[in-house]
Amino acid sequence: MATAAFVLIAAVAVGSALGLVVRRNPIHGALFLVVNLGSIAALFLTLGAEFLAAAQVIVYAGAIMVLFVFAIMVLIPGREETGPDPQRPTRLLALPVGAVLLVLLVALVAGGGAPRAAGGPPAGGVEAVGRLLFTDYLFPFELTSVLLLAAMVGVLLLARRRA
Amino acid sequence: MVPESYYLGLSATLFSIGVVGVIVRRNPLVMFMSIELMLNAANLALVAFGHRLGSPDGQVLVFFVMAVAAAEVAVGLAIIVTIFRLRRRLSVDDLNLMRW
Repeated sequence: MATAAFVLIAAVAVGSALGLVVRRNPIHGALFLVVNLGSIAALFLTLGAEFLAAAQVIVYAGAIMVLFVFAIMVLIPGREETGPDPQRPTRLLALPVGAVLLVLLVALVAGGGAPRAAGGPPAGGVEAVGRLLFTDYLFPFELTSVLLLAAMVGVLLLARRRA
Repeated sequence: MVPESYYLGLSATLFSIGVVGVIVRRNPLVMFMSIELMLNAANLALVAFGHRLGSPDGQVLVFFVMAVAAAEVAVGLAIIVTIFRLRRRLSVDDLNLMRW
């Protein structure tokens, strides 16, 4: 039952990822990416990471993808990749490169086996993540706020008229 | 219970698709979305590792990856919009200068 659910969600994830790469229209690509992010959120749920599943939907599918769709709308979709590609033979080299990368990664995954931790599945959930975030990872957490502030100031500078 | 190696295999697949997307596409927006795909594949691997090791540290790392991705998307899209405003075209093949 769990395996069937995993296979179903994984098929959705891979299919939507392929849709993102294949479809010419960037809006279609963005919608495929939303589906992909949602399926990964579902996989987070099956791994017992409820907090991340919620954050995935809110931050990625909500905030980041809205930004993407907004940028695509501003930049007039569908007019960018028309016409023949002068570098098509070079670009098609990406397919064997991707295949080799996939084989290497899968071989890496299949080869090594980390020891399973004693004590079974994690006593995880929101509480454990929150406790860790505000104790051991407090300094990186505070640095995140500085990073976001810097990004916000940078965007304001870049997006100014007459940059 | 699904073994974690399945999740890692799926993560490797999504990452490879993202790499191919970055190389194949000409539209910087789609390349950007492919990068997001790769980040998500890495996130999935991190959560799977954390599940396997029985510690919530992997989830905390994913949280940081999400924060960095949000900052990166904001800055990157601002750069793309600025370039489009100046050139009226959007193809990475035209971009060969680090200045405008």
